[in-house]
Amino acid sequence: MEVAADIPSYVKCRKVCKAKLSANRCFKFRKLLKKVSEEELFSKGHRACSGCGAALALRLALKAAGKNVIVVQPTGCMEVVSTPYPETSWKVPYIHVAFENAAAVASGVEAALKALGKKDRVKVLAIGGDGGTVDIGFQALSGMLERGHDVVYICYDNEAYMNTGVQRSGSTPLGAATTTSPAGKVSFGEDRPKKDMPRIVAAHNIPYVATASVAFPLDYMEKVRKALEVKGPAYIHVLAPCPPGWGYDSAKTIELARLAVDTGMWILYEIENGKERITYKPTVKKPVEEYLRAQKRFRHLSKDIIQRIQEEIDKRWKEIFES
Amino acid sequence: MLKEEVVEEKKVKSYRDIMAGSKAVATAVKLCDVDVVAVYPITPQTPIAEYIAELVANGELKAEYIKVESEHSALSACVGASAAGARTFTATSSQGLALMHEVLFIASGLRLPIVMVNANRALSAPINIWNDQSDAMASRECGWIQIYVETNQEALDSVIMAYKIAENKDILLPVMVNMDGFVLTHTYEPVEIPSKELVEEYLPKYEPLISLDPENPVTMGAIADPNYYMELKYSQVKALENSKDVVKKEQEEFYKLFGRKYDLIEKYKMENADIILATLGSVSGTIKDVIDKLEREKGYKVGLVRVRLYRPFPKEELLDALKGAEVVGVIEKNVSPGIGGGALFNDIKSALYGKSDAKVIGFVAGLGGRDIPPWDIEKAIEICTLAKKEEVEETYWLGLRRW
Ligand SMILES: Cc1ncc(C[n+]2csc(CCOP(=O)(O)OP(=O)(O)O)c2C)c(N)n1
Ligand code: SF4
Ligand SMILES: [Mg+2]
Repeated sequence: MEVAADIPSYVKCRKVCKAKLSANRCFKFRKLLKKVSEEELFSKGHRACSGCGAALALRLALKAAGKNVIVVQPTGCMEVVSTPYPETSWKVPYIHVAFENAAAVASGVEAALKALGKKDRVKVLAIGGDGGTVDIGFQALSGMLERGHDVVYICYDNEAYMNTGVQRSGSTPLGAATTTSPAGKVSFGEDRPKKDMPRIVAAHNIPYVATASVAFPLDYMEKVRKALEVKGPAYIHVLAPCPPGWGYDSAKTIELARLAVDTGMWILYEIENGKERITYKPTVKKPVEEYLRAQKRFRHLSKDIIQRIQEEIDKRWKEIFES
Repeated sequence: MLKEEVVEEKKVKSYRDIMAGSKAVATAVKLCDVDVVAVYPITPQTPIAEYIAELVANGELKAEYIKVESEHSALSACVGASAAGARTFTATSSQGLALMHEVLFIASGLRLPIVMVNANRALSAPINIWNDQSDAMASRECGWIQIYVETNQEALDSVIMAYKIAENKDILLPVMVNMDGFVLTHTYEPVEIPSKELVEEYLPKYEPLISLDPENPVTMGAIADPNYYMELKYSQVKALENSKDVVKKEQEEFYKLFGRKYDLIEKYKMENADIILATLGSVSGTIKDVIDKLEREKGYKVGLVRVRLYRPFPKEELLDALKGAEVVGVIEKNVSPGIGGGALFNDIKSALYGKSDAKVIGFVAGLGGRDIPPWDIEKAIEICTLAKKEEVEETYWLGLRRW
């Protein structure tokens, strides 16, 4: 059972496990799995595309968070698909205000809970897209982090403005073609590397920062749980593939999300009170070309750009896994 | 004890002090027991932010004070806090209000009873920190209840009334109390500070109709398609229109308890006046003086209406007040570029259309803090007098130097 590979402890113990137990029989794995709630607080019926990685990220986050949360969301795909008036997918209290201010709204909600003496019972969970987080919502987020609000902020990163039809964001990776960074005769798509948001957030010296991927649900949910337990701001940046935006078959979302990690395009780690820990090390490092070739947004890339991307990854890989 | 006696006793605990308008506002915020304050400093609002910070630091006001990084976030935080069931306050001026613009619409659209004090200041460019009312006028279509005050006492009283009006279950709309920057915020005037008990008698604890609460989850800020948007807007606009009666009622209630009378429009020397001036805010003090002077010296019969409630617009009240006028001169500290005159001038003209033969003349004055001296107001009155006999222009700029 492949999913087991996402439990860091399982991967580690597999190496030394004398019994060579399969995941289903491994008691550690079963213990983690038991924690996963069957209740769907982000319920079906929403209008997300099939295979939407972001919708999965929301669903899993709420499974980890439970029902005593207030969700704040900026404008973006997930807000639009989940709240078509008079319907809603949210079985927890939810508020959407605008595109750039989810962190400020969450600050206000948290302050109100404090003022009204409800702080111990209710958690605040802000969930924004990459645009609403790393670009237009950046200032409000930085303010929220710096002021130390007890809010968990999850950025679901589909690496572009999907809601408005795939325009580039600060989180779009080098070489990706979007409608505002198209490939052309003199352009190879996005010409700037992806903004390293988790590091920027970590520079605020908040108690908890983590990256995650929807292909590693248990790892992700464990991080959400940790983030909720922490007192003060916590931030999780979860990679969430988008079939129409990235250009791939909607059945392949998990495969791609995993490939991103296995090629080193996306690294799973957490920073707890300043201490960094890699939560998953791929057993074999796959060539990035495999990841890039699987998506239309990279299809135009020439050998040398791919080479450039590979070199960047190799450098980072060395720093992280081999030092 | 009889109810009246109890009230009397609570009244006794009120006291008088001499204070700047900004302190009067902070005092009102304290008296209203606000739960969450989110403010970002900007001249001339700054002392309001500072006084409240002091109150919180001294434990005199038990509120969460969010030191936001911008006005956009200030109002956004208020929206979040209000949605979560807290009584919230913010204050700003000019560029700050402009930066809030997007969220102004959302606060009213989500029907959140937030109260804001706007210390009126000119808008950039050129950058100018002095008083005029273009900032608030640029937000007049945002669906907020807008009040313009003349004195520090009125500022304090209006903040208290604002919460009562905003939190009315049939209204649930945000209220913006406008006070002239510097002219009021930084000027010391005697102010009667009501006792906490009296304010509590008037303004009960805030009990939200719905709020963000896991016990009873609701979705706020949903996307409404063309099938629903108009109905939702209609009910919001209706609530704003209906708030006029609530403002009236709450002003009466306030009078009963606190002994200070307010109206939607304040009228001055209206009997037999054939020229009636109209204005907003603190300049009405100077205008009253000039009216008195011209009556003494030249026997002029000039009246004044000061519009206290600007949104919803008190159309009927104004029509009634202006029915005897031959000429209406609107003196205001804002300009509507490209249409002529200021916003109030255009509103009054449209209100009178087909209902009155009065000539309406717009006077743009005091932009960017330019002084409005009595002789400029006299000039406006002379133009109105002339207008009774001959054609004059529709709009003028008072105190404008031609270079
Ligand atoms: C102030 C403002 N500017 C622009 C928009 C238009 N807009 C809405 S959602 C969006 C992109 C959202 O991108 P992201 O945050 O990455 O979320 P996604 O749609 O990808 O899930 C844009 C540009 C807006 N709603 N508000
Ligand atoms: S466009 Fe992408 S992010 Fe948006 S709903 Fe579809 S799959 Fe999800
Ligand atoms: Mg996105």
